[in-house]
Amino acid sequence: MEETLETKKTCLHAKHLALGAKMMPFGGFDMPIEYSSIIEEHNAVRQAAGIFDVSHMGEVLVTGRDSEKYVNHIFTNDITNAPIGKIYYGIMLYPEGGAVDDLLVYKVGAKEFFLVINASNIDKDFAWMVENTKGFEVKVENLSEVYGEVAIQGPKAVDAIEEELGLKVNELAFYTFKEIKVAGETIIVSRTGYTGEDGFEIYGSHAYINKVWDTLINSKKVLPCGLGCRDTLRFEVALPLYGHELDWNISPLEAGLGSFVKLDKEEFIGKEAMVLQKAEGVKRKVVGLELTERAVARNGYEVEADGKVIGTVTTGYLSISTGKSICMALIDSAYSALGTPVSIRIRKKLFAATVVKKRFYEKNYKK
Amino acid sequence: MSTIVKGLYYAESHEWVKVEGEFGFVGITDYAQHALGNVVYVDLPEVDDDVTQGDEFGAVESVKAASDLISPVSGTVVEVNEKLNDKPQLINEDAFGNWIMKVKLSDPRELKALMDSEAYEAICE
Repeated sequence: MEETLETKKTCLHAKHLALGAKMMPFGGFDMPIEYSSIIEEHNAVRQAAGIFDVSHMGEVLVTGRDSEKYVNHIFTNDITNAPIGKIYYGIMLYPEGGAVDDLLVYKVGAKEFFLVINASNIDKDFAWMVENTKGFEVKVENLSEVYGEVAIQGPKAVDAIEEELGLKVNELAFYTFKEIKVAGETIIVSRTGYTGEDGFEIYGSHAYINKVWDTLINSKKVLPCGLGCRDTLRFEVALPLYGHELDWNISPLEAGLGSFVKLDKEEFIGKEAMVLQKAEGVKRKVVGLELTERAVARNGYEVEADGKVIGTVTTGYLSISTGKSICMALIDSAYSALGTPVSIRIRKKLFAATVVKKRFYEKNYKK
Repeated sequence: MSTIVKGLYYAESHEWVKVEGEFGFVGITDYAQHALGNVVYVDLPEVDDDVTQGDEFGAVESVKAASDLISPVSGTVVEVNEKLNDKPQLINEDAFGNWIMKVKLSDPRELKALMDSEAYEAICE
């Protein structure tokens, strides 16, 4: 978690205080960690529906003649001839292969792309994007303070949105979006999320997002959910968090995100480094580990094998959905085969663990 | 709002001690369990461990973080609350009703360094 001198507030900040949320700084914002309890909120999203304030996320609009070529230049996934309404996940890389950030790219128009970036990286990302416009006829606008955003997640999210907000969203396929004209503005609704469940994300003006929040909370069909369970939910389905599983010093190949790095694309920043890393094989890998005891392996704890340190834990929890103590860890690739025994140092003691598939819980997306 | 029980000794690190004869029962306060959120694991000490006032003797893990347990007294652990192995959430349900360890006190004069309920209430505000 990062703290800046001046903590920012999202457009829903007053609602969180009114609901009595436990607040903490995250990505430079004063954010709700939990309202009722992390476990209750986590289970609501797995079994029914929850709503998250994700207005801290950054939004950048790229327009202009060269916008497609430009996005392809800074982004690892391939958006060439993408259909309008489609969304791509990918990474922005430094030339050396570390990640500037991971992000979503929404194709809004033939020459118009909407990029969604992590809160803690907004300033850094925007500077990087502007710096790399050289030679491209594009306009890059930081709209992070214009948009509010909520995520409505869980198997009952679709019904809550259609019935309470009157938006037709069930026709959307996973990782697609549409623009909807409502209350004098154009909002964006996408079938995306960060929980491993079916769900939607809505981008709109601060006023509209406040209306969505009030309507859904008052309907009692969705539970307000904080960043605490957002992290336990994304962790169980092995979605990476920048600063943990992916970082300036951790490449997408090491993070297991190779399918979002299109090496057959003509060019993108970091391509040479990725080609080389792929040819040589990665020396470190993000793996899943399951502990035999209930102790919890937290970020930064050391992983050991053969009497030496072979890596560190990136995220770990006593999984709310499975009851197991599991973690993701960045370790020496020599120990990454499924079933390999390792140990994790928790406080002073060593605890036994085994390499397992890092998708600890099956995703329930609508295809 | 968290509750505070009269007649116990309190440490600034939010542990309580209930003294019965030469023994002290040690747990964490309601304020502490509330700040932690859902408790998922209690790292208990072992019987016969020596503990020292002001030193760590175990840990409480909530969903999101681990917190060291600091012993408010010195002595030898004579019993640990095994129920917490299967039901760590008992700490959330009743922090004062579920002690973590029972210590044979080696120096009861140390209790003077701890707070009474009124003084503890003041630091929780």
